[in-house]
Amino acid sequence: MDAILRTENLCVEYRSRGLKLEIKPALKELSFSVHAGEVFGFLGPNGAGKTTTINVLLGFIPPTSGVAYLFGIDVRQPIARQRIGYLPEMTYYYKFLTAEELLRFYARIFGLPSTEADQRIDRLLKLVELETARKRLIKTYSKGMQQRVGIAQALINDPDLLILDEPTSGLDPLGRMKVREIIQRLRNEGKTVFFSSHELGEVETICDRVAIINAGELKVLGRVGELVAQHGANLEKVFLDIIGYQPQTAL
Amino acid sequence: MNTIWALAGVVIKELYRRKDFYVLLVLTVLLTILAGSVVFFQDPNIVRYIKDLCMFLIWISSLLIAITMAARQIPAERENRTIFPLLAKPVTRGQVILGKFLGCWLASGAALVVFYLFFAVLTGTREHYWPVLDYVQAFLLQWIMLGIVTAMTLLGSILFAAPSSTVTILFIVAAGILFLGRHLNTVALHNPEPIRSIIYTIYFIIPHLELFDVRERVVNDWGLVSWLACGLATLYAAAYTGLFLLLTWLGFRRKSLT
Repeated sequence: MDAILRTENLCVEYRSRGLKLEIKPALKELSFSVHAGEVFGFLGPNGAGKTTTINVLLGFIPPTSGVAYLFGIDVRQPIARQRIGYLPEMTYYYKFLTAEELLRFYARIFGLPSTEADQRIDRLLKLVELETARKRLIKTYSKGMQQRVGIAQALINDPDLLILDEPTSGLDPLGRMKVREIIQRLRNEGKTVFFSSHELGEVETICDRVAIINAGELKVLGRVGELVAQHGANLEKVFLDIIGYQPQTAL
Repeated sequence: MNTIWALAGVVIKELYRRKDFYVLLVLTVLLTILAGSVVFFQDPNIVRYIKDLCMFLIWISSLLIAITMAARQIPAERENRTIFPLLAKPVTRGQVILGKFLGCWLASGAALVVFYLFFAVLTGTREHYWPVLDYVQAFLLQWIMLGIVTAMTLLGSILFAAPSSTVTILFIVAAGILFLGRHLNTVALHNPEPIRSIIYTIYFIIPHLELFDVRERVVNDWGLVSWLACGLATLYAAAYTGLFLLLTWLGFRRKSLT
């Protein structure tokens, strides 16, 4: 299978700004690949390096060493981002725009002709169930609606790879279910989805493969079904075992 | 270029959906009309004072619009995290800077058109005289000057921590250059070394915004400045604007997005 996303020995170090020069490794020799058409879960506790990895993949920060590729193109090249969609964890989009204007703005960035952009905007607003609110300013939207606008903007270029950073974080159960439905739908359309999440039940339901990282290191990479069978427990238990969680005994 | 225009479009939409511009326009109109309604010592030249006051308010308001708008562009993108979905698209940081600059400059130009229309109507109804070319030239020079201020403010927004400090510092710098810039060489002459050299250096480094100020000519009907001089001033402004944008890009290129 073709690797759509690939990292090779990726290392990122953060340097402190104070007088005392401290170097904190955020990623250590991270190597993995995501193949076409799969839904890939990227898991780890807070501070494990998930967002740092996504930041490198999107060219927001340069790696200290190692390389990352999207569609075989080095992520440092802006063109590598032509065929991807990205949904960040809770973003507040331009409050003074309507959902329709926001999507038209992003469509222009991708150079979509206006008739095609109009068709896509209609389709996406229907997909994320924001048709009736399309002319309302984003500042009047609820958290869930904002997240759905985020999904729509991530899909405006009909991407082959979707990178979702905790897409259901902060959403109510209904909002979460809607996001999950959308991911399932994209999967059925053959899109590749790479997403980080803390919702392990959700990951277990949706993902084909998962990678679990802790303290910047890749701990496990494999098919969800195989991991669950291997550990004889659900994904949450597998996750806790891998990151070395020790339950405190009752006092 | 498509990306830069798209980014500029968002900035322009922001201007007319926010209240700043309308507040400043209403204040300028109110203050000018209020001043015009008072008869000072039966002075027949009252219209000149009104023109002078109106022009002054237009300069202050346009500076405020350009500076406040440019100062919040990049910090707001970072604070609201809109910079992430934006840069996750095939957009470079250089394009973000250029788009923001173009948007702020065009938006402040649009605001300036409204202010000058008010000025033209005000003076035209009082003097029954319409020196359109003089107004067009004054508008163009002021707009070109706002280009330098906008670029300078974008650079400030990269350097200073909060938009409020950028606005304060840049407003003081711009107003300082406008009112004191032309006198710095004279001040230098009256000072001993090394202060003299320091003041001279500042005099030669700063962009002389006062070169674009033809308020006196408009108020007193002294006629047009030569178009060649305007062309040279435009080149001067382009050089400074380019330099400030380059410095902004160099700063923003390595800046953390969070």
